[in-house]
Amino acid sequence: MNIQKIGFYGILLAITIAAPFLFPNYTTQLATLWLFIIVSMTWDMTGGQMGYNSLGNIFFYGTGMYVAAVIAIGLVYDVGEYTGASGGGRYDFTNEQYIIGFVLGSLGAGLFCAFSAFILGYVLFGLRGPYFAIGTLGTAIAAGELVSNWDWVGGGQGITLPVYGGDFDQTKLFIYFAFAITGVVLFIFLNWLYKTRFGAAMNAIRDDEEKAEAMGIHTMRYKLVAWAMSAFFIGVVGGISAFQLISFEPLESAYQTINLGIFMVVCVLLGGKGTLWGPIIGAIAFQVFKEVTWNYFLGWQWVALGALIVVTVVYFQDGLMGWLKHTKPEWFGLTVDEKESETRATSKAEAAAR
Amino acid sequence: MDQIIGNIDLLIQFPIVNLKIILDGVMIGALFALAAYGLALVWGVMNVKNLAQGDFVIGGGYVSWWLANNVGLHPLLGVPIAFVVMWGIGWVTYKLVISRVIERDLFTSLLATFGLAIMYAQLMNLMFGSDTQSLVLDVTALGLENNYYFADGLIDLPAAKIIGVALAAILATCVILFMKRSRMGQAIRATAQDARAARVMGIDTEKVYAFTFSLNSAICGAAGAIIVMVWVIQPFYGITYSVRAFVIVTAAGLGNLPGVIAAGLGIGAAEQYGSHVFGIGYQQAIAVMLLLAVLVYRLLQQKRNRQVLQ
Repeated sequence: MNIQKIGFYGILLAITIAAPFLFPNYTTQLATLWLFIIVSMTWDMTGGQMGYNSLGNIFFYGTGMYVAAVIAIGLVYDVGEYTGASGGGRYDFTNEQYIIGFVLGSLGAGLFCAFSAFILGYVLFGLRGPYFAIGTLGTAIAAGELVSNWDWVGGGQGITLPVYGGDFDQTKLFIYFAFAITGVVLFIFLNWLYKTRFGAAMNAIRDDEEKAEAMGIHTMRYKLVAWAMSAFFIGVVGGISAFQLISFEPLESAYQTINLGIFMVVCVLLGGKGTLWGPIIGAIAFQVFKEVTWNYFLGWQWVALGALIVVTVVYFQDGLMGWLKHTKPEWFGLTVDEKESETRATSKAEAAAR
Repeated sequence: MDQIIGNIDLLIQFPIVNLKIILDGVMIGALFALAAYGLALVWGVMNVKNLAQGDFVIGGGYVSWWLANNVGLHPLLGVPIAFVVMWGIGWVTYKLVISRVIERDLFTSLLATFGLAIMYAQLMNLMFGSDTQSLVLDVTALGLENNYYFADGLIDLPAAKIIGVALAAILATCVILFMKRSRMGQAIRATAQDARAARVMGIDTEKVYAFTFSLNSAICGAAGAIIVMVWVIQPFYGITYSVRAFVIVTAAGLGNLPGVIAAGLGIGAAEQYGSHVFGIGYQQAIAVMLLLAVLVYRLLQQKRNRQVLQ
């Protein structure tokens, strides 16, 4: 690793740590930005790198929320009793109980989601192309509907989690850094993963699954492990989100199929599919767009977001990274053969003429 | 659990309740089948999976509702007008978005129409508010009664539902005849078989695509105008109709019209049974679970032909 790269990452890390102190009023928004970055990166693991476009990764987010909440509450009280009181009864948590519940809850959520990805993937990975997208979307919607009928976890009303006894601003910082640490760990992990044999196998599955199989890659195992890894991280951030939101219900905040579930796909497409940095850039661009429309086009924000989705998908599918790669290939260490690019240009001109 | 057993017990003790549930299910299923037919048409002809299907249905419902409330139009006349208006909206949608995703991979069309679905639902929310709306169809002027009773009043059959199903049947027959007999119908079927060959034969496939998508949107709109008389509509109900249309088409396969009708009626009945046994809260869940069940079933069916490394 050369000195420039170390400096670049050092600056990014410094910004990450300093951001909540520089903009203390925006800590929650910055935490949400990290959430978007993390879910986009995890979506890109299967969507961009492996070619399996899931519309139902939100399932792990919602499940993570519920698992984390159930663990955190279950360590101290009876869950059925707690949700039965729906926030009305008096259930105090000491700070110690809160922290233990937070850590164990988030990690437990991650593990549970990874496990459920194994089971779900065993069925769903048999589906190809759009059927996989529809199947995963159906799973997420069905899970939301079933959970909203499950009284033990609060039914349609959802769960109200305990709040941290300490300072409110402190809690916000704590949540921000929980997200940020998960994000940094995920980035380092993916940076390593995409360079290994495993990453190469994932790309092989995307490019041609039949051939990859013929080359002796156990495609099903790779798909399951990759999805389980991405599910682990979504589960963890789902758990953290549960503590951030404090009160959540199944359809709109946990299994929010049309909000976060589709936003993560748009973030990735906006930034560039199948690249390490694409999801991050896309998530930042999307979050900025979202906040601006939320502030200035109140009431029309959803229309604007829908339009953004359509425009991104239809006109700009390679994303910012794809566009950069096309215009500035030398930044990516790609050398373009002059002759080849010439022939490509002429063939393009011919195609246009036709 | 006790409640579920009690509900099943009721079905066994009073077999006439079964008849009521099946009748209800078949009526709602007829309208699902209409939306599903449009979806199968677009899917088969231009390989676009339209997730905004349900929003076209709701859009048609709002056209009829708005006209009835602001112009005082009879709800029955709303059906053809919704057909025409949604034709226009479908055409604009095609020109702006769909025409650019036909040649692309399937996920693109899925995601683009998902974006459209969000946009339409929000636009309707802004224009008409988020309350559930419905229209009352008063047919006493036509010399009919508003409600018919059978089996000592155990089964009530509103005239609106009968008329709705009849209209759906008429619409379906017209569309099928059009597809079989007319020149345009032939062109659509030819394009579905092989777009390239159709182009070679001098068919303007671009025009066929635009026509097909507009026709789909118009069918959905008419279905919506019927639904607003029989049930209720709300801006965000669209996705449930999309999901049901997907269930039906996935179960029946493309270009299999009897299959689409049978699957539509069957899903309507299955949903009514499910919500009777498990409670109304599960109605949505049942529709989606059926989709998953169908997908898994088809997967197992195909697994026999596929040999993979284990």
